[in-house]
Amino acid sequence: MLTVRANGSVKNALDGAESVEVTASTIRELLNRLADRYPAFARELDAGIAVAINGEIYRDDRDVPIPADAEVFLLPRIPGG
Amino acid sequence: MKHDNSYTGQDFKVIGTRVRRPDGIDKVTGRARYGADASLPGQLVGRILRSPHAHARIKAIDISKAEALPGVKAVVTADDLPLPEGLPGDVAQMLENSMARGRALYDGHAVAAVAAIDAKTARKALQLIEVDYEPLPHVTDVDAAMQPDAPVIHDWLYTSGVDPKPEKPSNIAQRTEFGLGDIEAGFAKADVVIERSYKTEATHQGYIEPHACLANIRPDGSGELWVTTQGPFVYRNVCAQMLGMDIAKLKVTSSEIGGGFGGKTHVWAEPVALALSRKANRPVKLVMTRDEVFRASGPTSSTSMDIKLGATRDGTLVAARAEMRYGDGAFPGIWGMLSCMTCFACYEIANCKAIGYDVVQNRPKVAAYRAPSAPMAAFGVESAMDELAAAIGMDPVEFRLKNASREGGQSHYGPVWGPIGIRATLEAVRDHPHMKAPLGPNQGRGMACGFWFNIGGQTCSDLNVGVDGTVTLTVGTVDVGGSRASLGLIAAEELGIPYEQVQVNIADTGSLGHNDMTEGSRGTFSSGMAAIFAARNTIEVLRERAAKMWDIPVEDVTWEAGQAVAKGSAHGNLKPLSLKDIAAKSPKTGGPIAGHNEVVADGAGVSFASHICDIEVDPETGATKVIRYTVVQDAGKAIHPDYVEGQFQGGAAQGIGWALNEEYIYGDDGRLQNAGFLDYRMPVCSDLPFIDTMILEIPNPGHPYGVRGVGETSIVPPLAAIGNALSNAVGVRMHHVPMSPPRILKALREDGQADRGPAKVA
Repeated sequence: MLTVRANGSVKNALDGAESVEVTASTIRELLNRLADRYPAFARELDAGIAVAINGEIYRDDRDVPIPADAEVFLLPRIPGG
Repeated sequence: MKHDNSYTGQDFKVIGTRVRRPDGIDKVTGRARYGADASLPGQLVGRILRSPHAHARIKAIDISKAEALPGVKAVVTADDLPLPEGLPGDVAQMLENSMARGRALYDGHAVAAVAAIDAKTARKALQLIEVDYEPLPHVTDVDAAMQPDAPVIHDWLYTSGVDPKPEKPSNIAQRTEFGLGDIEAGFAKADVVIERSYKTEATHQGYIEPHACLANIRPDGSGELWVTTQGPFVYRNVCAQMLGMDIAKLKVTSSEIGGGFGGKTHVWAEPVALALSRKANRPVKLVMTRDEVFRASGPTSSTSMDIKLGATRDGTLVAARAEMRYGDGAFPGIWGMLSCMTCFACYEIANCKAIGYDVVQNRPKVAAYRAPSAPMAAFGVESAMDELAAAIGMDPVEFRLKNASREGGQSHYGPVWGPIGIRATLEAVRDHPHMKAPLGPNQGRGMACGFWFNIGGQTCSDLNVGVDGTVTLTVGTVDVGGSRASLGLIAAEELGIPYEQVQVNIADTGSLGHNDMTEGSRGTFSSGMAAIFAARNTIEVLRERAAKMWDIPVEDVTWEAGQAVAKGSAHGNLKPLSLKDIAAKSPKTGGPIAGHNEVVADGAGVSFASHICDIEVDPETGATKVIRYTVVQDAGKAIHPDYVEGQFQGGAAQGIGWALNEEYIYGDDGRLQNAGFLDYRMPVCSDLPFIDTMILEIPNPGHPYGVRGVGETSIVPPLAAIGNALSNAVGVRMHHVPMSPPRILKALREDGQADRGPAKVA
């Protein structure tokens, strides 16, 4: 079971929860399970979400494995100039 | 296919050398072809009619007289750019931004366009278009736009991120919040608290080359677009969606680019050019004037913010709060949110809260500009950091070092930090000779820090070996700062061949798979990663071909220093085969030799910089001159040091302009007053000193070579570094950017901080 934390608009999409518990072994599983559980999160996914695993930020790669003891943080997707 | 992008610490032969860039000769001899340099038989001239009002209802548009003018081949309005069914909301807003639909939302908003046989006829046709406007109340100032009695620009816009959800629409698109700990408890522990308000005015990226394109839609519905852009694949996707075309039927070719800095990540006139071409059944060239670029492309946010920092007497930052209000222009964006995510990144603060507001205004739609949103937030935070250091009697560099973020610590926006360079840049600044150089009268020195995330993204590269053994690397990320040279070095390094044996080309959208834009400092990071994997893929093919030539198992062939080597005592008599040897035989060993790679280049390492700045103020005029400037930044690994240094210098130069002179000035009528380079003052070479650089290399664990993006962070510290230098030079603390001569003179005449309270000392 992963403890997933969020900030900013993503936190709002998780009904304001500071952290949620999710069983997932990849980013894809994680996002799918959260989208099933939180309709607002599913909408936020369309706007763009990044996942930080032990500090490394993944914007697009959904196949990244998530270690069981990883620090997982959800963030809005970041653009650049 | 999955790739291991981990940093390996490999030794390099050509990486880090300063080879000649392949586009250099064309650019200095005028051969390079930019957005306006393409032509097609029968092409027309496109021109756009723009709103003179800051906000107006478009009651009617009569194009009949323009259409009847001899030489006019097409006139388009929003009726010719209908919203395709299912168009995503953000793309629909981009389309509405390209051509007004019922309302003009800012001075310069496009309302109609013509295509004619020449520029004179096109201009005359614009004069014949009759637009019946009903002016509406407008608001351009970000704070005014947030007031309850402000004219509401969009009746569909309700603030997100607040609880309960608002019952009425407003100009506040969203509220976002990031942070850690308990700020009230944190401030209660503080011995010294600094609380200040700041404003920054909107600036433009100021790229030399205006937006320009040549659109050609054929009668069968297919088409092509030659355009100056940071991302031809994204332009293709967006334009095809807007015009209801199949993506594969629109080929977009990026020209050489005369600067982008984020402003060419977004479409502006390109959908209009395509619509004109479709209607006229002829190619249409559309080149924006400088006036149009200022009024109708994407400047930065104008901002206002309140920053509060608290520290104990031993120099520990114990609490921080930032409330930042960012203007988005006419359509909602995420610029205020980004300010929250960057503002406190340099420091480890147990209790901090960053609140951001995104606010719509009757101004052009804001676009990204180099580390978007970070420079303004850094101006506030880094200015307050200097004041706080002074209030507790600490050296500003030592104060920052004591509180600098560190590997394993938690960032204010959430995740833990990996290996990061903020501390190393501060130590380099502390020890730099620049910090000890003497200063003269009216001169002052300041320093400041900056942060930017960097991004990776979808990337795709081809590597083809010619029969003579030369190599063509084809990438899909536009070269805006010398990336072709860097990518050529990477291919040469992997293959073990000289750099001169590699030619790097930028693909059009018909020649390669999708590539995200060159944005977020991702060009060399992500295409470099794809080039590494494509080269390694090619080496596998080369080993197979060598094995065939020798008639030995491929397992017995290795690739060493640009040659296939047969391993094992049984093959001791086989002379190594060079890439050229293998290429020459390729027609008989299986045909063309190529490698390919598609990758989602995640793992972009974050970037930190610390800058030192010396300025001199003329107390009679308030004019400020930068007399010495040093950039220290972590590059992870500098593939081509010249172009890393160039990015450091370019960002600093733009930041200096932003700090001292550049600003969008609006009149009470909501119209932009200075839409040209005479009145919008950007620094030129004679305004700037040589900008010294120091490259630090703290490897990014998410890239095989340790590369971090380097293109953006250097614009983040200059605003605050100059503000801090000014304060040290003449004793006035500036809270409003740009710190232009009139503002400085006013501050000097007001005798410093008369209207501001001193630091609270508990």
